[in-house]
Amino acid sequence: MIPEIGHFALILALIVALIQGVFPIIGAARGNAVWMGLAQPAARAQFLLVAVAFICLAYAFATMDYSVTYVASNSNSKLPLQYRIAAVWGGHEGSLLLWAVILSVWTVAVSFFSKHLPSAMRARILGVMGLISVGFLLFMLSVSNPFERLIPAAMDGRDLNPLLQDPGMVFHPPMLYMGYVGFSVAFAFAIAALLGGELDSAWARWSRPWTTLAWVFLTIGIMAGSNWAYYELGWGGWWFWDAVENASFMPWLVGTALMHSLAVTEKRGSFKAWTVLLAICAFSLSLLGTFLVRSGVLTSVHAFATDPRRGLFILAFLVLVIGGSLLLFAWRAPTVGRGGKFGVVSRESFLLANNVLLAVAAISVLFGTLYPLFLDALGLGKISVGPPYFDTVFAPLMAPALFLMGVGPIARWKQATLPELAMRLRWAFGISVATAVILPLLLGHWTPMIGLGLFLAFWIFATTANLVYQRLRGADQPLIARIKSNSYSWWGMVIAHLGIAVFTLGVTVVKGFESEIAVRMAPGDVAHLAGFNFTFEGVTEIEGPNYSASRGHIRITKNGIERTLINPEKRVYHVQNMPMTEAGISPSVIHDLYASLGEPLDGGAWSVRIYHKPMVEWVWFGCLMMAFGGLLAISDRRYRLKGRTKPLPENATEIST
Amino acid sequence: MKRALLPLIIFLVVVGFLFVGLNLDPREVPSPLVGKPAPAFSLPRLDNADKIISNKDMLGKVWLFNVWASWCGACRDEHHVLVALSKSGVVPIYGLDYKDTRLDALQWLAEGGNPYVATAVDENGRVGIDYGVYGVPETYVIDKAGVIAYKQIGPVTEAVLRDKILPLVKRLQIQ
Repeated sequence: MIPEIGHFALILALIVALIQGVFPIIGAARGNAVWMGLAQPAARAQFLLVAVAFICLAYAFATMDYSVTYVASNSNSKLPLQYRIAAVWGGHEGSLLLWAVILSVWTVAVSFFSKHLPSAMRARILGVMGLISVGFLLFMLSVSNPFERLIPAAMDGRDLNPLLQDPGMVFHPPMLYMGYVGFSVAFAFAIAALLGGELDSAWARWSRPWTTLAWVFLTIGIMAGSNWAYYELGWGGWWFWDAVENASFMPWLVGTALMHSLAVTEKRGSFKAWTVLLAICAFSLSLLGTFLVRSGVLTSVHAFATDPRRGLFILAFLVLVIGGSLLLFAWRAPTVGRGGKFGVVSRESFLLANNVLLAVAAISVLFGTLYPLFLDALGLGKISVGPPYFDTVFAPLMAPALFLMGVGPIARWKQATLPELAMRLRWAFGISVATAVILPLLLGHWTPMIGLGLFLAFWIFATTANLVYQRLRGADQPLIARIKSNSYSWWGMVIAHLGIAVFTLGVTVVKGFESEIAVRMAPGDVAHLAGFNFTFEGVTEIEGPNYSASRGHIRITKNGIERTLINPEKRVYHVQNMPMTEAGISPSVIHDLYASLGEPLDGGAWSVRIYHKPMVEWVWFGCLMMAFGGLLAISDRRYRLKGRTKPLPENATEIST
Repeated sequence: MKRALLPLIIFLVVVGFLFVGLNLDPREVPSPLVGKPAPAFSLPRLDNADKIISNKDMLGKVWLFNVWASWCGACRDEHHVLVALSKSGVVPIYGLDYKDTRLDALQWLAEGGNPYVATAVDENGRVGIDYGVYGVPETYVIDKAGVIAYKQIGPVTEAVLRDKILPLVKRLQIQ
């Protein structure tokens, strides 16, 4: 009964979404206030209906209703409750429902926080989001119904993929989807602006906080996924250029470009067409990511659902949404004005250069992801491009982008001069070059890549420090007042940029100085790595709720002093009989000591892999700083001033990320 | 106008490739063993550990070699297809019980029916390595001369059987 209520709620939601998608947009074109007024109540009703469907599915999981096919395929009576709930999005149908729920959350949020928008604009925005929702609901109801019954019911479920039975599963997908789907708001704003022909700086200011919020979620989602792969897969890696990782990274790159481009459009009125294109692309890449993951076009560890009919449906949907919006763009964009003029050396130029670099980086990731498919489609054989391609292409694109990041915030709008910039940045440049040369020598060895990475990280540290110093020095006020006199969004930019520096530093050091060994260890054996002694004290057998595990005990000492004990595990999950690795990690600011169990060998010995990962935690901490910077920017007080439509004065120099 | 059309054109090219890609199977990795003689094995039989079964026993006839295990979930999906095929008598199916325990395997056949003329027990997976098994189930079509003609990765579905395996088997049987 409960699953039928969920199914029925989805059908009702589809009808409401159609109303929300069709009438307000037509109403806005004809100036019909009643039709436009349908948008808000429809958005809220749709949210309630989709939420009911979601709760029904969660209820079916919680009560172990194995007469529902999806529950029987993704759950098991031995599965602990938190994973039974997370299993709601553990498979194809449920992840789509999560997609729809999150889309309706964003939609309802827009309906509440858009009172200051002109009613036609608001109707168009909600209408566009309604149409997107129609696509997803239709997809679920036609070929991916999570409520489909299984008759006769299964005795027990086939269990959630053991790879997904991890706390990461509880947070990572919802965060990632919040980011993915959040770009639908910027997309809807852009389409609404194109439809209405009102591409002004007000449009940019309204979409900025939404875009930044989606970007914050996406940043945290990607970070959580990377961290999860790090301890769950047991290879010590934290980024694999896997097709699905790329699918989330491409919208992030374009979203980052979009945030900066929106800043220019708001402050200076420039880049309008470009900003609209980025907004369309960011969301298109999110949809494309969904397609790549869900259609089975590419093999990937994440592709747990493949069905050609589903692929065809999403492809048709992609053509409609992306093709339609690009067509609209081609038709409307040439009518958009050029905006303010700016010199070759100016903050606009630096931001534009960075934008182009980010967009090209996203395109090269897209190309690398789809290249195997292209070759296959042309009958040229099956190949895979792995990390070598991405590392080769990505670093040369990111290096200039990171360099410009140091210059951009310091340069003046409209017209800056190179000598003046050089004067201001000469100390920062000197410090970062010196660090890049000396630090690696102190740490052990120097390579061009380590030198470049450290230079860029310290370049951003130093230029940001210079920027903050210039802003805070002088004046007679106390320091705290001077800190407060700068806006939250400016501080948000500072922290996010420092986050990039922390991230770059972490990546450079861990890539340059990590070490690993693979050894056969019998109880009592000692392995040596990076000055540490790893003593293997054997394994004990333990029983988890739905798995059996061999838990290894490895004692780590340095110079005879005990440091820590780590416990890597090799688990076998009973239902699917699938072995899983849980790495044993001792994390710290300086380095992670990491061990994972391989295979059992003769005489109580195991093959063990041990890794020394210097500063790897900085990678994720840098991401958290970026996300925090984004949150700070959203909390800027000017977004709380309702109804302010006047653009900032010409001489405003602040820019926020 | 022309410049603004560029994104749309690029997108349509990508869509074209994606459409073609939908009809390609990314799992269809060409096996280096196709067209080569099937690797030799001689293993104990599942029903009687004292008897040995070897690939040479099947020389002169077309046969299917199905890699399975009682712990394999996907094998459950293909099992009824294999049982139905064995009843039709079109082609003999031999099994390779991969990294399994004898008791579990016998129990499995007792429950689900036995489509195999005989099953070889590959307890440590050595023969599986020779055949390049990288996931269970896998099924090989082997011709009269003992050469591998086709490899199916993943379960044998009714569609695969109808469209690929049976036409191939018929062709090979005439040769």
